[in-house]
Formats: sequence, structure tokens, C-alpha cells
Amino acid sequence: MRNIENVSRRGFLKGVVGTGAFVLAVRTVPPVFAGEPVPDGQTEADRAPLHPDVFVGIERDGTVHIVAHRSEMGTAIRTTLPLVVADELDADWNRVKIEQAIGDKRYGDQNTDGSHSIRSFFDTMRECGASARWMLVEAAAGQWNVPARECSTEPHTVVHQKSGRKLGYGELAVAAAKLDVPRKNQLTFKKPSEWRYIGKGKTSYDLENLCTGKAIYGMDAKIEGMIYASIEHPPVYGGKVRSYDEQEALKVSGVHQTILIDPFKPPAAFQPLGGVAVLAENSWAAFQGRKKLKINWDSGVNETYDSAEYKKELQATARKPAKVIRSVGDASAALAAASGSDVVEAEYYVPLLAHAPMEPMVALADFKDGKATIWAPTQNPQAVQAIVSTQLGIPKENVVCNVTLLGGGFGRKSKPDYVAEAAVLSEKVGRPVKVVWTREDDIKFDYYNAVAGMYFKAAVDLKGKPTAWLQRSVFPPITSIFDVNAVYGDPPHLAQGWTDMPYDLPNLSIENGPAKAHVRIGWLRSVANIYHAFGVQCFTDELAGRAHRDPCEYLLDLIGPPRTIDFKNVEYPNYGASLETYPWETGRLRQVTELVAEKSGWAKKKSVKGHGFGIATHRSFLAYVATVVEVEVNDQGDIQIPRVDTAVDAGLIANPEITRAQFEGAAVFGTSIVRTGEITARNGVIQQSNFNDYPVARINEAPQQTNVYIVRSSAPPAGVGEPGVPPFVAAFCNAIHAATGKRVRNLPLSSSGLFG
Amino acid sequence: MVKLNINGADHSFDGDPSMPLLWYLRDVLGLTGTKFGCGMALCGACTVHKDGLAIRSCITPLSAAVGSKIRTIEAVGANGLDPVQKAWIEVNAPQCGYCQSGQIMQAIALLESKPHPTDQDIDDGMAGNICRCGTYQRIRAAIKLAAERGA
Repeated sequence: MRNIENVSRRGFLKGVVGTGAFVLAVRTVPPVFAGEPVPDGQTEADRAPLHPDVFVGIERDGTVHIVAHRSEMGTAIRTTLPLVVADELDADWNRVKIEQAIGDKRYGDQNTDGSHSIRSFFDTMRECGASARWMLVEAAAGQWNVPARECSTEPHTVVHQKSGRKLGYGELAVAAAKLDVPRKNQLTFKKPSEWRYIGKGKTSYDLENLCTGKAIYGMDAKIEGMIYASIEHPPVYGGKVRSYDEQEALKVSGVHQTILIDPFKPPAAFQPLGGVAVLAENSWAAFQGRKKLKINWDSGVNETYDSAEYKKELQATARKPAKVIRSVGDASAALAAASGSDVVEAEYYVPLLAHAPMEPMVALADFKDGKATIWAPTQNPQAVQAIVSTQLGIPKENVVCNVTLLGGGFGRKSKPDYVAEAAVLSEKVGRPVKVVWTREDDIKFDYYNAVAGMYFKAAVDLKGKPTAWLQRSVFPPITSIFDVNAVYGDPPHLAQGWTDMPYDLPNLSIENGPAKAHVRIGWLRSVANIYHAFGVQCFTDELAGRAHRDPCEYLLDLIGPPRTIDFKNVEYPNYGASLETYPWETGRLRQVTELVAEKSGWAKKKSVKGHGFGIATHRSFLAYVATVVEVEVNDQGDIQIPRVDTAVDAGLIANPEITRAQFEGAAVFGTSIVRTGEITARNGVIQQSNFNDYPVARINEAPQQTNVYIVRSSAPPAGVGEPGVPPFVAAFCNAIHAATGKRVRNLPLSSSGLFG
Repeated sequence: MVKLNINGADHSFDGDPSMPLLWYLRDVLGLTGTKFGCGMALCGACTVHKDGLAIRSCITPLSAAVGSKIRTIEAVGANGLDPVQKAWIEVNAPQCGYCQSGQIMQAIALLESKPHPTDQDIDDGMAGNICRCGTYQRIRAAIKLAAERGA
């Protein structure tokens, strides 16, 4: 359900476009994205009088303004969605200016995560562009007194073929602004063959600024009268300050004052963690003052949390029968009937993972006259409005959230606890406050990707093919930040590569056991798919090896002939998309697997000692991806990744070059997970603090060459930001096994004990 | 009072001389192109040039910058893009871009000392600069492209 309104005379885009400009507002009923509980629910946005996803405005000089309502963290989404508008508008991209939207429920969903920006807004953007083009054509036809059907467009110009007359978009803006918006059935859309930008793509609108230091991130926001704050958070999740001594801190040059921040009231959600803030003239002084604080902490209930003990508990739980979330046939009977030598068991484990975007959490807030103005690198400006409004007791409408560029996000910046801190402090001191997290704060106070234990058991026939398959995962759920009693995986996250394990097997039991969270759990790029794909795809590789089969052939054998997975009587949210529009098609999984095998030369590649190839395949965020990883391992156990090949079917691809970059980056992100990604805790305190003890992949450790093969598809667009990570992680581990005979069942390598 | 020369201009500062150069550049001078990533010389986001050499401004106290010429990303390509920046743009290296000022400053220094770097030289020269988006493949390509053109 969509609506487009002509708002040329209603003051929208005031300050952006000049008088007489032509402005359209597009609104849509926002999709409910099931993977993401949004505290600021969708219904209010639905009821709002006008909630456009995009504005397009055309100036009298022909400048086209397009508002980007999604956050830019490196995926070029603030380029690609406007590019779709520009294509249907038939605008000249060189004359397009992009404006970043503030947080506003009228835009519908703005939470830029879950890899769904293109799929949720592609059609809307096209309709917006096509509507504006229709009106420009009508306006020109009116001036020439010819039928509109005799007119067409070339970039930024309406043309009357018969007479050869032309009018520029700028010349038509005033007339078009007076017209009614066409109904959808009046619109003519370009044929895909006529697209100038969609499917061809453009580099980031911000590219030059990103290379000259001119791009403004949250860390760079500055306003008059601003003071800097650094916060000492309770070392243990849920802890609070008993008392503190500020005397020494106040002696530090540049320090102004300290402020106590209240602990959160459970559930934590996006509330500030609490602690003591040091406010100072610059970031450095605030950091120095903070070191001089003497704080007496009450650590609270998580004081006994020990991640090594917790791992044992998770694994013990994973061995016990648990909640069945999908079953086919009777796996337990088939497993019980199988003889011992035909039964294979394995346990897999992935620890807590931190996001560690290059820009630590930071936010600037100015509370004045009952109104809060925010500048923040946030993936979710409406969640900023919601939490700031709750924390300050002001209406959401009185929270203006300006969205800066994000220095990486990966899901961390969907959770605006750090923004709430700035707002709370600004309200207390009566001046603008910029909260700057250190890297140590970022690593120690993250919303971590869940630690997961998995148990697999399969009975195999004489050819080594499973006749029964049991898989059980146990992980503290993300929902625990919203409900302290939540211990089971919620359907949207179980659906991430677990409920939808795609093999065509006669007996299958997919289960999930309980786990209590002792830290904040949150979404990280690819989320539950990371551990689920790791477990399923590596266990598959184990079975292939046991059957002396080629891993790729074996994988294709298990996927079976092309079919659509039937989720009747199974709760499968499918990333918030309908199964009619986005069915789970195993044929597409086969296709990318066969494609990556062909492109990587799999059939000719034989793994030998020290040099191995691994393969894995996975569907996530509605995209089908298969990956082959090549590794070299020397006698010292040093692992290099000379080459990665990835085949992607993500439906229609709007911006191929940017898509390739996302999959290259996903391979590096996955490399960090496999090599060194691990957060541990003792006595409730996170033991890592910076890139020395939470290392991420560097240029000499990352894949040297990642080749990305995009399947040309007219299927509706799927995600591309996240789906590259899960199959990479599994394929990398399978390659390590192929090169060394060592099976990686516990991530990361650095603490697996396998390589020194 | 410390006296500094930054991007060709003289500055004096009467605050804490132990403050790292990074925070002076960012919070005092407003030169925000140089980024904060770790504060411990682990990530390279804060890389600037001191007398032509790449240094980590997050651990360089102001007192250690006295008497040197400091150059930041703002001065690179101020009069037209630097060949390294052009190469970066041509290969579409950045994703979020936050680390790229530091990467570019590091790459310029690398190419000064090794005009035709091998892959090993690039690994050695760039391993101190983290990119969490994972743009390394394109950074490598950009450095090679700039080298080819004699940056």
C-alpha cells in the first residue's frame, strides 16, 4: 500500500529546495521486519498522517534533491536507493544531490540493518521516480499542447519527438508542482533494458569525501559550547555505583565535573548502562580524568559469570533433548535404530563476538527548552528518538536526530544506548555534550553476538548419506535484552540457518535449548547465521570426509533435487518476507554451489598437506551464497588465504560493484571471526579491551583475492550486506581441515589449541 | 606553551603538552579528518606524517611534535587530489571510509620509501592499519595503481 503526495507547497524540504520547487513525498506502510523488535513499534508510523520513505524535489535550476532515509555505514545505501529514484525519474545523476533524513516516523522503517533496505524500498523508489517523471511529462505536454503519450524523456529533459521540442526538468518544476500525483496504474515504468543506473550501479555519492578526510562522522560532530564526556561503566553487566570519589579526577587539567548516571531498570534494552561520567574541555582530558576516579561498585547478579564455565553448561544443555522447532519423519527412532558405527556425533562452538566498528560509539546531544537535538552515527534514528524521549520524559517529536555518516556499524549502532547517555548528560549540565567511547568501552560494553553451542548427530547409510539428522543449538537470545526471562531462541533468529536447514532428509529433528544471558546480546552482521552455518556446513564436510566423497558433490547430494521447502506447521519468519514472494528454493542454492565450483575450478583442485580447499553454501537474508576458500598452512601453523571465490544469487542487484565490495568485506569479516574473534568473561568482567586482545584481520591476514560471481536474476532483490559472512566462515574451516586434517569445531582458531 | 607546525601553519598551545597530537588536531584545531580508532597505536586510523614519516598521532604527545612538520589528510590533495587519493577513488576502495584517511597517509609514506612495492612490502607497510569493513584487496590494488603511475 503506497501513496505519493505532491507537497510542493507544504514546506517539506524547506531549507533544501528553493521557492517554486517541485516536491513529492512517497509514503508506504512500512514492512514489519520480523527479525528486529523495534521498541518504537510500527503501528504508530502506520497511523501517522504522512510517512514518506523518500522525498524527491526538483529545483528550478534542475537540481534534483533526493532524501536518503537509511543510514550510511559503508554499504552505499544512501547512494543506491536514491539511484533507483533517479533512474525511474530519468534524472542525470550528476545533477542529483542527496540529503540525509533525520529520524522521523513519517519515513516508515529507518532501522538500517537486516540487509533489507533494497528489498523493502526498491519498488517504492521506482514509483517515486516514475511519478515525478509522469508529472514532468504532463507539465511539458501541457505547455506544448500535445498529448503526453507523444512525449518521452532523456536524462533531465522531456522531449516531444514529432516536433523535436525539449524542456529541461528545471524549466518544468513550477508547472509540475501544480499537478495531481498520478495513480499507480497510470504510471509507466522503464523496462529493465532501459535502466541507466539500476543493475549498472554507481560508486558512493561520498566517495571523494571519504578519501580526503572531509566526510563527517559522528565522531566529527561539533557545535558551539560543546563539552566532552567519557563514562566509566559498571564493569559487570547490571552493576551499579555504590559510591565514588571524584577529587583526583577534578584535579586533571581541563576536567569540569563528574556526573553519576543511573543504572538501567531491567530489561536493559537501549538504556544507558549507568556509571560515572567525566566532563571536560576535550576528549583526552575526559579520558585522563576518568582514570583518576575511585569507584566502589556493586557488581550485582552477573558477578559470577565465567565464560569458560558457561561454555561447558551450553554444551551440556546441547546434549540433552530440547524444544523441537521442526521435524521430518522420526529422527530419534531412526538414530536409536542405527548401529553404533553408523552414527556420527559432533559438537560445535562459537563464542561471544564484538562488533568493533572502526568508529567507537559516540554521540552529541543538545538539550534545550524541552527539546533534544542529537547528532549521532546511528543505524536507527527512530530508536534514538524513542530512548531519548523515555530517558528525558519529553515527547518523541521533541527529539531531533540528525544522522551522520557511520564509521562502521555491523549492527552495533542499531542500539542507541550511547546516544541516550549524551542526552541524559546534556539535560543534567544544560549544555551540549559529546559522549566519546574509547575502544576499551566499545569492546567491553558491546551487545555481543550470542555465544552458541551446537550438537549434531547423524545416522548414515552404506554410502555415507544421512538417514537421520539431529541438530540442536543453544544460545542466549537477543530477546533477553527486552525480556530478562527469555532463554530460548526466538523464531526470527532460529530461522537464520537453523529452522531452514535445507537438506532433503527422511528423518530430521531441529531443536533449540535454553540459555540465560549474562551480557547484552545483540545483532552482529549475519547474526545467528554465523554459528548455524558454521555448524551445519562443517558437520556436512565431516560426513563427506567420512564417506570418502568429494565435499561439493556430497553437499549437492544432500541438498537434493530443486524443490521449495515446505514450512507448513513450522514457524519460519523468512526475514520478514512472505514465502510467496521469497520462497526457499533449494534449486537456487544448488545453482550457486555449482557456479562457485565451476568458477573456482573445484573439480581440478586437490587438497594436499599444507594446501587445502573448502566449500560451504548458505541462504541468509533471502540471498543464496556459496563460497570456496583456498588456504595455505605452513609447518608453524601459519594460515594464509590466497583466494576466495563466492557465488551470489541475491535476486535483482541494484548496484553490482558495491555488492562485490560487500562480499569482499564479508570474507575479511569472516576471517576475523575464524582467526581470533572471541570475547570472554571472568567474574562477570569482559577480559578483552582493544585490538591487541580482540584482534581483527589485517591486510596480511585477510584473503588476498576474493572473486565474486553474481547470478543474473530477475527474482526480487534480497540482502547483500550480511549473506557473505556465514558460508565464508564454514568454507574457511573446511579448507583448514582439507589442508591439515584438523577439524575446527571450536572458534576461534587462536584459542582452539589446534595450531600452537 | 608548545609550538607546533601543522600543515605549514604555526600554532601554539598552552594546555597539557602530554596530550596526544590526535586530540589536539581533532578537538582543538577541528582537523577531524584524522580519526580516533584505538588510542594505542593498534589500528592506524590516526596516522599523520611527521617530517614525512607516518606516525600514530594517538600516542604521540604534543611535546614530541615540537620542531617537526606535521601533515594531516587535510593538507593532502588540498590543491587537487593526490595521485594516491585518485587511485583510491578509481578502485572504489572505501566502504564506511573511517579508516581511509589513515590508510592513505600510510600508503603515501610507503610509496615514498618504496615507489614500487611488492605484495610483501604492502603487507609490511600496511599491516598496522585496520579496516573493519575489509577493503584490503582494493587498498592493495590502489597502492599498486598509484605506484604504476609514479605517485
